[in-house]
Amino acid sequence: MRRGGRTRRAPFRTAPSDLKTLVTAVFAFYLFAGIVLLSGAATILSKNPVHSVLWLILAFFNAAGLFILLGAEFLAMLLVIVYVGAVAVLFLFVVMMLDIDFAALRAGFVKALPVGLLLAVVLVSELLLVAGGSVRVVAGEAAAPLDGFVGMTNTQALGSVLYTKYLFVFQASGIVLLTAMVGAIVLTHRQRAGTKRQDVGAQVARTPASSISNVKPVSGEGVSL
Amino acid sequence: MTYTGFFQQYLGQDWGYFVATITLILLIALPVMLGVALAVYFDRKIWAAMQMRRGPNVVGPFGILQTFADAAKLFLKETIVPSGANKGVFIIAPMITFTLALIVWAVMPFDAGVVLADLNVGLLYIFAVSSMGVYGIIMSGWASNSKYPFLGGLRSAAQMVSYEVSMGFILVTVMLYAQSLNLSTIVLSQQGNILGFLNGNIFNPLLFPMFVMFFITALAETNRPPFDLPEAEAELVAGYQVEYSSMAFALFFLGEYANILFMCALTSVLFLGGWLPPVDWAPLYVVPGFVWMLAKMALMFFLFAWVKATVPRYRYDQLMRLGWKIFLPLSLFWVVVVSGWLMFTGHFASIPR
Repeated sequence: MRRGGRTRRAPFRTAPSDLKTLVTAVFAFYLFAGIVLLSGAATILSKNPVHSVLWLILAFFNAAGLFILLGAEFLAMLLVIVYVGAVAVLFLFVVMMLDIDFAALRAGFVKALPVGLLLAVVLVSELLLVAGGSVRVVAGEAAAPLDGFVGMTNTQALGSVLYTKYLFVFQASGIVLLTAMVGAIVLTHRQRAGTKRQDVGAQVARTPASSISNVKPVSGEGVSL
Repeated sequence: MTYTGFFQQYLGQDWGYFVATITLILLIALPVMLGVALAVYFDRKIWAAMQMRRGPNVVGPFGILQTFADAAKLFLKETIVPSGANKGVFIIAPMITFTLALIVWAVMPFDAGVVLADLNVGLLYIFAVSSMGVYGIIMSGWASNSKYPFLGGLRSAAQMVSYEVSMGFILVTVMLYAQSLNLSTIVLSQQGNILGFLNGNIFNPLLFPMFVMFFITALAETNRPPFDLPEAEAELVAGYQVEYSSMAFALFFLGEYANILFMCALTSVLFLGGWLPPVDWAPLYVVPGFVWMLAKMALMFFLFAWVKATVPRYRYDQLMRLGWKIFLPLSLFWVVVVSGWLMFTGHFASIPR
């Protein structure tokens, strides 16, 4: 009817036929990447832990923008659903509920500095290793699909690989997550003595006949139930 | 001549595209706002009719302008930021709620081809945006620095995260039938899907239970009664929005109703056949698809209002029990049932391997 039908593709997924598309893509990349870096820095520099989590959420969100720029719309949506929608909500939940002593946090800074620096060095060297072996992709141009995946959407392509070629690895990672979940519940769940539990079935099954009785109290004696 | 092409013809390639997109966004956002105003009015009217009252009947004919009068009154009030509040977060929270309630409409098809962004991951986009909706509420609850909003925000966060899980599984069952995440494809897959002449997943015996569960989950996701625990007035005064006044409160209110309307539209698209008439019969296609879509949304909104007027509020632990112990196992089991049935009947035969 309008908009030229459903075959129209998003502007960033087409090859950069002219300079303008390229400029737009590069501009969007630096916008998203810049916000990711800034909010990442703000995450560790914020004094208030709740603000830290909120900055972290902004970083996740813009990382999803970078995925969309790469043409990986499925991964982008998954990042938002899993990390922003679920994981960060739990972070926020915990940070808001905890009564955090800021002075005690600062005091541990110097003591934890060597370990932190070591971790930072390891992570940076890993990043450099990955960057060295990466494939260069022209900005604004999605990488060409492999043979056998031409004409598929991202979702179909990922599904057809995950559930066939990598089925066992995929299921194994699921089992690892399940084990972690069961472990967390086993470690934190404790049975307290004397708690009254609610049995919804028993509540629903109650009838007036079983719970109401007419009595005629004798004056001065009352009723024993 | 496409809509974008019309503008590009006069303004050139880039500016034409820009102006066309902006006007399209306005063409969706403004009717949504108008729809919210009318939805509030009909909500109150239906509620009143159930309780044998008259409802709003003073401002304008049949009181139809009551919402606009209320809005004008709200805008004229003073915006109060509590002195103990975390100001930045306090101000951003209602903006997030309102923005998310509007941007989710981008992928909603109102008629064949009438959609702003026809994403091939449309359903995931909706799921992502609605899962972010919890932030507006939890941030406002925390930033208010007051105990009732805080409790309301925490309740709401737990509630929305819980029901999102089973909602995801319900979406999967519909997705399995349509074999697509694109909303337009989902609607088109429902054309004559039952016995060759009924349009809509709701007529499918395997998906009808999912329709009922989706409706209840939608009530919980939008914080509608009987699941309006985040703002339970009897316990929390008004929950997360206690400290808000004026425009900020209006943004929460608009966002909430825009979300409800969106859930009505989404239910229509997923289960009622979207812009298709309920029966695949040629004379019914004379009525524009847009009208069918609006009629289905109105029907769903009536159900929302009906439930609000008739059902008492859930207790919090029972709400959680329903979400985790009943809806989650049932929807997960139903995904297995539906995919098993589809595998058995050879529905997946056309999928490339």
